[in-house]
Amino acid sequence: MADLSCKIAGVSSPNPFWLASAPPTDKQYNVERAFEAGWGGVVWKTLGEAGPPVVNVSSRYGSVDYNGQRMIGFNNIELITDRPLQVNLDEIAAVKKAWPDRAMVVSLMVPCNEQAWKEILQRVEQTGCDAVELNFGCPHGMSERGMGAAVGQVPEYIRDVTGWCKTYTDLPVFVKLTPNISDIRQPARAAHEGGADAVSLINTINSIVSVDLDIMAPKPTVAGKGAHGGYCGPAVRPIALSMVSEIARDPQTHQLPISGIGGINHWHDAAEFIALGCGSVQVCTAAMRYGYRIIDDLVDGLNNWMDSKGYSTIEDFRGAAIPNVTDWQYLDLNYETIASIDEDKCIECGLCHIVCEDTSHQAIRASKDSDGKRSYTVIDDECVGCNLCELVCPVPDCISMVEVENGKPYLNWGGHPNNPMRSE
Amino acid sequence: MSISKARLCAQTIKDNFVDLHAPLNALQAEQEAARCLFCHDAPCVDACPTGIDIPGFIRKISSGNTNGAAITILEENIMGGTCANVCPVEELCEEVCVKNSSEHKPVVIGQLQRFATDHLFEKSTQPFQRAAASGKHIAVVGAGPAGLSCAHRLAMLGHQVSVFESRPKAGGLNEYGLAAYKMNDQRAAKEVEFILGIGGIEIEYEKSLGKDISLDKLRQQFDAVFIGLGHTAVNALGLDNEAADGVYNAVDYIEDIRQQDLSSLPVGRNVVVIGGGNTAIDIAVQIKKLGAENVSMVYRRDLKAMGATEYEQEIAQTNGVVIRTHSKPVAIHTTDGKLSAVEFEYTQTDSNGRLVGTGENFSLPADQLFKAIGQSFNPQPLQDSECPQIVAGRIQVDEQQRTSLNNVWAGGDCTAGADLTVEAVNDGKLAALSIHEYLK
Repeated sequence: MADLSCKIAGVSSPNPFWLASAPPTDKQYNVERAFEAGWGGVVWKTLGEAGPPVVNVSSRYGSVDYNGQRMIGFNNIELITDRPLQVNLDEIAAVKKAWPDRAMVVSLMVPCNEQAWKEILQRVEQTGCDAVELNFGCPHGMSERGMGAAVGQVPEYIRDVTGWCKTYTDLPVFVKLTPNISDIRQPARAAHEGGADAVSLINTINSIVSVDLDIMAPKPTVAGKGAHGGYCGPAVRPIALSMVSEIARDPQTHQLPISGIGGINHWHDAAEFIALGCGSVQVCTAAMRYGYRIIDDLVDGLNNWMDSKGYSTIEDFRGAAIPNVTDWQYLDLNYETIASIDEDKCIECGLCHIVCEDTSHQAIRASKDSDGKRSYTVIDDECVGCNLCELVCPVPDCISMVEVENGKPYLNWGGHPNNPMRSE
Repeated sequence: MSISKARLCAQTIKDNFVDLHAPLNALQAEQEAARCLFCHDAPCVDACPTGIDIPGFIRKISSGNTNGAAITILEENIMGGTCANVCPVEELCEEVCVKNSSEHKPVVIGQLQRFATDHLFEKSTQPFQRAAASGKHIAVVGAGPAGLSCAHRLAMLGHQVSVFESRPKAGGLNEYGLAAYKMNDQRAAKEVEFILGIGGIEIEYEKSLGKDISLDKLRQQFDAVFIGLGHTAVNALGLDNEAADGVYNAVDYIEDIRQQDLSSLPVGRNVVVIGGGNTAIDIAVQIKKLGAENVSMVYRRDLKAMGATEYEQEIAQTNGVVIRTHSKPVAIHTTDGKLSAVEFEYTQTDSNGRLVGTGENFSLPADQLFKAIGQSFNPQPLQDSECPQIVAGRIQVDEQQRTSLNNVWAGGDCTAGADLTVEAVNDGKLAALSIHEYLK
């Protein structure tokens, strides 16, 4: 069995699966259930400053369902913890004491002034937690009060707040980034400049998951009104992977440890984040969809896959895919693939033909014999190797993309004759 | 008592005759619809005699446009509600569903069709409108699936239709001939009401061709005539004692099941059914559900040769019917004029592929015998008029359902075909379209 233990920014855990700062990590009761189930760590649901806690609304979550499947996308309009600060701090201390081997990171969000951060850090340190995570990502509610994403969207604020935190605590500082920004490298660089020990991303995305067409209001609906919420779940994973890769290959931040977040549902999703450089991963929606017991396959599946690949530790493959993430301009324009259909596996649904015919390159011919047997033939000269047929085919391995041995050398856009700006 | 009424209490009988399949609920329909791949040029559409856009209606169920789904079905098959329940989908649309190849389990198209059509019927709205009145008047003989389908389409196209029906109710075999556990709750009658709801269709009940009306007269009085007479003759075994007490035509008894109080029907202790088609299955299963102790369905060839599909055979077997093959009836034995036993001879197939007796006989004690060896078209009602050409015992028609007579069309079981409700509905639709062209 592989060793799944991980260490990121000085924080150790028996496996890389942490529960993200969210409803599942709001209370001792929840977190202890998670640790009993086998989770490697948690980021405790965001604490605010001392005083009256925030108030949450009734109706908090919305779902994007697709073709009979629930929650392929999920959003929420819940704020930070609505329990008194001291209750949370006492519970954090108790849990850390009872579960010393698990990662205990505490998420924080206080107003953007030095004193506020200094005060909360002093109190949090006393819990014995392993690190803090600065919530610069929450896109709803708190951002209207100048916190969360309102900070995360201004790199200078990120740098300054991170700097204050590094001044007032010796705990490792994770900075959680919002994806509601055009270039994720800017806030990551700012966190790095401020001295962050790691970044966590992505936080949730501004979203309206659906509109109730009877009452003409967004969901989730609160007394007939709705507000945009934070979007997460499997549907956001591609966005998260892309943003993680941007930071991992940016010359200024490529050394910065990353805790990956965004739609992790299965172990292979986690493996993909790790392959792009993440040292740990954080999960929320999948746990909220099925309960904590999903940790069993997350750990077991990752372990078995690592064994099959001969990886004995997380570090063995962490970042292994980064060198292969490049810019479009460096892709080989002479590389060719064409679709190949395995007629023995074909079930005659015709989807490859109709999507190619209607929306692509008219490269799959449909024919029907006198018995009604349908067959689909790739017209090699018309196929551009776009993969669409392979993607829509419902049968695994029925359509494959086959490389054409054309003997042509590597040629990217920079040197392509069609490029008027090409370097001679 | 060898034959008695109410062998089971009324509640048990009622429970036994509930729908074969409970209707899909909304969640089941959503999940099942999600299994449909929305094939292009889908095999299921080719396999549907009425050519319903099956992927199209299933996608509409998926999107919550259930009314639209029902209309997609009914546009091609106005009896889509009945067909959803009684079509042998296992040898039509569901047999060729591509999911058989990938998952060994088709999308349950029939049940989805029922989900959609039930939804529309619950609202009892008529989704179709009539075109401007054409001034043409067409006679339809027989208010079965073929006749009503033809009448509805003609009415849609703006024509006036008079339907002549020999019985007191419309619906044909839907009303009188389907197994009650496949079509209960007055479903056939409600469907007729829905079809007539379009307007422009008058039904004259208890008017028989060859008795109250003649084809010659209809051809003179109307602009066109459609004949949907169905099967009106029942095949006989050709044995002595076929008229003995306890010997029935299966179709007559099935009609009683549909039309009478189930507790009033005579039910034997030992019942023999002769035949291998769906009618044989229907009577065997239903007499069992009425409380018969031993029901044997006896067929002269093997299971594969049966007209009843494998699925239908399974229904019989799971309901406790014993299916005996390779046996042909040779004698009906009676005691005091009442049936007492049926004697069979074992059969085998000889080297030329012919079915021959082995010379070895056995007897089954029986107090009821149901004959279900097929029905046929009876051309007698046409004899008083110029008669359309009849080939192999059925009215000959072309691909547009035209007979040899210039203004006469025909369809359903009185013409050649698979003798399915869905085929009859299609015949009626095609005939109506052809009549419409003819009358232009």
